[in-house]
Parts: sequence; C-alpha cells; structure tokens
Amino acid sequence: MNNAWLTVLTRDLLQAYRRRSDIATTFFFFVIVSSLFPLGVGSDSAILSMIAPGVLWVAALLAGMISLSRLFATDFADGALEQMLLSPQPLALLVSAKILAHWLVCGLPVVLLAPIIGLQYALPNEAISTLVLSLLLGTPALSLIGAIGAALTLGARGSGLLVALLVLPLYIPVLIFGSLAVAASQHGMSPQAHLSLLAAISLLALVLAPLATAAALRISVE
Amino acid sequence: MSLKKIIFALGLIIALTAATLIFFTHGLNYIGVNVALLGLGAVLMRQSAYFSDNFYQHASPQSFYPTAGRMIPWFAWLAAVLVIYGLYISFAIAPTDFQQGEAYRIIFVHVPAAWMSMVIYLAMAFWAGVGLALNSKLSAMMAQALAPTGAIFTLLALVTGSLWGKPMWGTYWVWDARLTSELILLFLYLGFMALQASIDDPRKADRAGALLALVGAVNIPIIYFSVKWWNTLHQGSSINMGAAPKMAATMFEGMILMALAFWMYTIAVALIRVRCIILERERNAGWVKELSVKEIA
Repeated sequence: MNNAWLTVLTRDLLQAYRRRSDIATTFFFFVIVSSLFPLGVGSDSAILSMIAPGVLWVAALLAGMISLSRLFATDFADGALEQMLLSPQPLALLVSAKILAHWLVCGLPVVLLAPIIGLQYALPNEAISTLVLSLLLGTPALSLIGAIGAALTLGARGSGLLVALLVLPLYIPVLIFGSLAVAASQHGMSPQAHLSLLAAISLLALVLAPLATAAALRISVE
Repeated sequence: MSLKKIIFALGLIIALTAATLIFFTHGLNYIGVNVALLGLGAVLMRQSAYFSDNFYQHASPQSFYPTAGRMIPWFAWLAAVLVIYGLYISFAIAPTDFQQGEAYRIIFVHVPAAWMSMVIYLAMAFWAGVGLALNSKLSAMMAQALAPTGAIFTLLALVTGSLWGKPMWGTYWVWDARLTSELILLFLYLGFMALQASIDDPRKADRAGALLALVGAVNIPIIYFSVKWWNTLHQGSSINMGAAPKMAATMFEGMILMALAFWMYTIAVALIRVRCIILERERNAGWVKELSVKEIA
C-alpha cells in the first residue's frame, strides 16, 4: 500500500519535472497577478502594505486554482486514471498521493516565492514570516478542496471555468483566516489563533477531501 | 400510494423546521408554540412511518408523477392564502417600528426569504444524500428541482436586504456577516446548477451534483463562522440586522405566516418542476407515451 502511494507520488513528480513549463506557468501567474495590483492601485507603500495580505492570498488562491485542471485531466485522457480506479489499492490513498504531488508542484513554489512578493509590498519582517507560515498551512487545504472540484468536473463541458465556480466559494474560509493572520501580525497582534484555524481546516480537508475526491472520480469515470 | 401520508410527511418536516427556527431565533420566548409544533411533529411522525416503510414503492417516478399532480393545487392555494394573510398582517396590522419607521416592513419578506434560502439548501443536500445512498432516481430529481427556488430565495434575500440597508445604513451594500454569507450561499447554488447543467448524462449529473451539495453542506457552517469572525474583526457596521429588539407579537406572527407561505410556494413549485424533470427523463418510458396519447385525445 505504501509502495503504491510512493509510486504514484514519484510518477506525478517525475511527470511534472518532465513538463517543467507547466510548473513555471503557475509560478509566473502568481508573480504577474501580484504585480498587477501595484500598477492598478498605485505605488504608495502604506496602501500596498495594507492590501498585501488579501491580495497575496487571493493571488495564491487563483494560482492554485488554475493548475487544478491538470490534476486528473491528463491521466483521464491517457487511461491511467481508469487503471488507478481498478487497482486493488484504496483509491483515496492514491488520490492523496496525487494531491500531495500537486501541492509540491503548484503550492510549494508559491509559498517559497511569497517572501519576495511580500518585500515588494513593503510588508514588515514579522508579517512576511507569518505570510509564509500561513501559506504553508493553508495551501494544502486549497489543493485538497480543489481536488474535489477537479474530480467532479472531469469530462464536463467547460470544466476550466466550472471548477472556478465550484471551488472558489469553498476556498473562502482559507482566504479569510490566511489574510487575517498576516494582518494580525502587521498590527502587532498574535496570529496564532488564525494559524491554528488554518491548520485545522487543512487537517479536516486532509481527512475528508481524498475520500470525497475518490467518490467524485468514481462518478466521473465510469 | 396515499396522498395523506405524503402530506403528513411534509407537514412533519415543516413543523419540526418551524419549531427549530423559532427556538434558534427566539430562544424560549415562544416555548408554547414550540411545544405545540413538536407535539404535532410527533403525531405526524407516527403517521408517516407507513410512508417510510414503502419508500421504494413511492420513490418510482411513475407513481409519484400523478401524486405530485394532485398535491400541487393544495400547496399552491395554501401558499396564495397564506401570502395574502401574511402580507395583510405585515402591512396593515403590524405596528410601525418606533426606530425604523415603515421601512422595517421589508423584513417580512427578507427574513423568511433568508430562512428559506438556507433550509432549501439543506433539503437539497438531504435529497441529494438520499439519492446517493439509496440510488433512487426521484430523490436526485427532487434535489435538482429545489435548486432554482433556493437560488431565487437567496437572491430575494440579498435584494430585499440591500433595499432595507439603504434607509437603515444609508448604503445599499454593507459587508455584513449575514449578507456576505448569503452571497456565498448564492455562489454555492450557482455552482450546483452549473455542474448539473454541464454534464450531459443525467444520472452522472445527479450523482456529481449530489456530492457537491453534500460537500457544500459540510462547508456551510465553516463558511458562516469564518465570515462572522472576519466581520467582527474588521469592525464592520455596528448595527446588526438580527439584533432587533424584542418584536411585537404581530410582527412575529406576520413573519411566521410569510415563512409558511414561502414553504408552501417552494413545495408547489418544486413539485411542478419535478414533474417536468420526470417527463423529460422518462420520455422513452411506456407510461409517458400512454400519458401523452391520453392528453392529446
């Protein structure tokens, strides 16, 4: 069982490595979206640091979302997904490996890039470290919840836009607690409560989302 | 198939929901009404035991189609009578609010609409879950039939809320916790309908939609409390829509009447819609062909 899990994980990571431009797309999407706001709002550093928590979290949300369509689509197209459904290993387990690979490829780069973008937004140092921590705790939930949406829209018409409609409302709690954590440390308050709630959401999603995703895949692929 | 049993079952749900709503909104102020409703619910539960025993038999679209047709006029007339009576109480009998003047009367539509928007989502998730668990076609059709009505009530709650906000808060839109969660609820309804519309195979659409409705139902409390927390930390408006001081009894009566009227309307409209869905899905079945031949002749 462990073996199958590792195989799926390494396979997905290897596939992502072979198609490096796909990773770069998510990466640059995050950079471009967060660079657009100063151009639209103005370069006043007081305003920028005020809107930074929300803007950076929304950018991370969107970056995580646009990469969702790739999570199952290629495997669905070449038949690998069907083999996973037929395999004796529990589907939820294999799905969790795929989600982890997705997070490592699309979530982690955003977390690592966040300090640089935070500097551009004139965030103080503590706020930057909170931003990184909140993204680290919150982005797994985005990949996990997003996987349900990606699995449900597999093979549906216009699935790219549909996934946004399904998944973005469910992302709202993550957005709220993530940006509140950064805002709290900006104002010299402890972000611990928000971070704890973010972690709680991620853990809850970790338990439930692979099961829901597996059920959704069985519905979509039959 | 007895019409009586179905009405009992629906009445039971309505009685229990009304009792719960009264309890949550007014605590123990109306304990007499609550006890009466719960008692009524218990009686109805006993009566509808028969209905649940023969679930599979009644859950076939063919036998439900004519039953629904017989039930629609009852609910439609009840809705009409209750709306007229409720609006009469709300606009003619209920006293003018000493703080808010006449503009407060919009809450007689707004609050029941907001209740309905949430209750319908839960009912939808319930039928979706039943459909997923028992693989009964009719439950999924019921969930599909409820969604547009739920979305309309959500929209109605949003529009009336912002119309109420203009004279009270001086602005059409405030990022109040309730309004914001209502907006998110609208997004959830739209997602459900969009997902069902974009999957061509109806049975697949049913099950995908059902799973989404259940995921949404798990998320609704999380979303609601996170939005509430976000709202209090962001120092929004200090006026709270729900914190109205003790209501006059007639005001409460008007609101309950309007809520009941909306319930009846929802059931009537959902039944009309479910009949259309049954005909559309079963168009190749023999009984639909016989029916259409009969209708033409």
